Amino acid sequence: MQNNEALISIENVSFTYEKEPTLSNITLDVYEKDFLVLIGPNGGGKSTLMKLILGLLPLQSGSIKIYNKKAKKVLSKIGYVPQNTNINLNFPIKAIDVVMMGAKEDKTAALTVLKEVGMEEFAQIKIGLLSGGQRQRIMIARALYNEPKILLLDEPTSSIDVDGQEQIYELLKELNKKITIIVISHDLSVIMKYANKVAHIHKRLTFHSLDSLKAQFTTGDEHICEVELLQMLGKLK
Amino acid sequence: MIEALSYEFMQNALIAGLLVSFIAGIMGSLIVVNRMVFLAGGIAHAAYGGIGIALFTGLPIFVGTSIFAVIAAIFMALVTLKQKENSDIFIGLIWAVGMAIGIIFVDLTPGYNVDLMSYLFGSILAVSSDDIIFMAVLLCIILFVLFFWYRELLAVSYDSEYASLSGINVKFFYTLLLVLSALTVVIAIKVVGLILVIALLTIPIYIAQNLAHSLLSMMFTSGVIASVFTLVGLWLSYTYDLTSGACIILVAGISLILFMIYTKLR
Repeated sequence: MQNNEALISIENVSFTYEKEPTLSNITLDVYEKDFLVLIGPNGGGKSTLMKLILGLLPLQSGSIKIYNKKAKKVLSKIGYVPQNTNINLNFPIKAIDVVMMGAKEDKTAALTVLKEVGMEEFAQIKIGLLSGGQRQRIMIARALYNEPKILLLDEPTSSIDVDGQEQIYELLKELNKKITIIVISHDLSVIMKYANKVAHIHKRLTFHSLDSLKAQFTTGDEHICEVELLQMLGKLK
Repeated sequence: MIEALSYEFMQNALIAGLLVSFIAGIMGSLIVVNRMVFLAGGIAHAAYGGIGIALFTGLPIFVGTSIFAVIAAIFMALVTLKQKENSDIFIGLIWAVGMAIGIIFVDLTPGYNVDLMSYLFGSILAVSSDDIIFMAVLLCIILFVLFFWYRELLAVSYDSEYASLSGINVKFFYTLLLVLSALTVVIAIKVVGLILVIALLTIPIYIAQNLAHSLLSMMFTSGVIASVFTLVGLWLSYTYDLTSGACIILVAGISLILFMIYTKLR
């Protein structure tokens, strides 16, 4: 539907850790302001694909281009929120310093992004004292600090309760007005409510634009049979 | 104690104690937050290889040990970066092989009569002016590194994956940390000995971790706490004629236990 050029263009990417390929011939285009959800079984290669996009893993075959350039050259345009935010909880560091991590120090800018994620008042609190959901917001603020055009999130709600999850996705929806979002999630209700595209990754990739799917699966009372949908997402071509 | 301060060896011991405490506080903080305690232990023991080689070749002990420990640290950096899964095995290997090399070279040294115990448990009362210069230079290097690269070290220590996305050369800073740790271990050997060095690099840091709100304040709080342990230990060692390194570590250990009880009760 979009005529403009793809923001991220992944072509024939395969990746093997040991012997068995984890990803095989992945081809995917991501367009501006997409809200793309990556789903699939554990070990199916979702995180691997994300790390390949970021250049955290070396590309073995195929090509990944962002803004028509090699990923490494445009890293400043990408924000990343890792899966595990419970690392180093004893680390003596304040939330605001996590936000400014690895970049130029600019307290005003840091407070602005903290405000954006609703965490302004926690700026001076030690990161280990925050709850899982609060820490997740800090990580999102850190990813936003460099004003990225694309935001990648690896299971951002895996360690928080349902209310917290809803809030995070509402926040992402708001951010999506300005930036492209790629998120790994297991939560199908999230996909139906927020995403416009879904890619099912299980070694291979099956792609769906959600408009057609929603029409197919949404009955009058908006009830969705999740099991059926999940099967569909994996099988459809 | 006051009249003891008129002796030069006592003055040297005090200065060395303070220098080593601050170095241990800064580097210990980095070692602890990077979960490198086992690595530092490996380097400390491997450093004994350097002591043996220095004795055998007649090199000054500090020089020989420093060179050997730095080589061991770079080697450890290479294998732990390459072989993350097996890093424990390689650390253990370097730990033991380094010590074995030291023992063999000490065996081979003719007319060997240096007090081995002083390297294992430290001899702060035998610190020379040259030793103090070496310690002061190392503290300056560490402060210099912090001044220029604090933010990078902070990022690498907290989240190395994110640091590499920010364009920070994680491997370089990881290796730099290990090399500085190696030099720290070499000078701490003089004060508390290579067996006890790990305690000086961890106990003050554990207490400071609970008090500090930033890595920088943790480093200097650790330095102050380590200084108190060193001075009290030194005083006990002098007054009761006990081994200085063991006194310092016991003071640190007892303080840690009291601190833990205090935080539980609070």
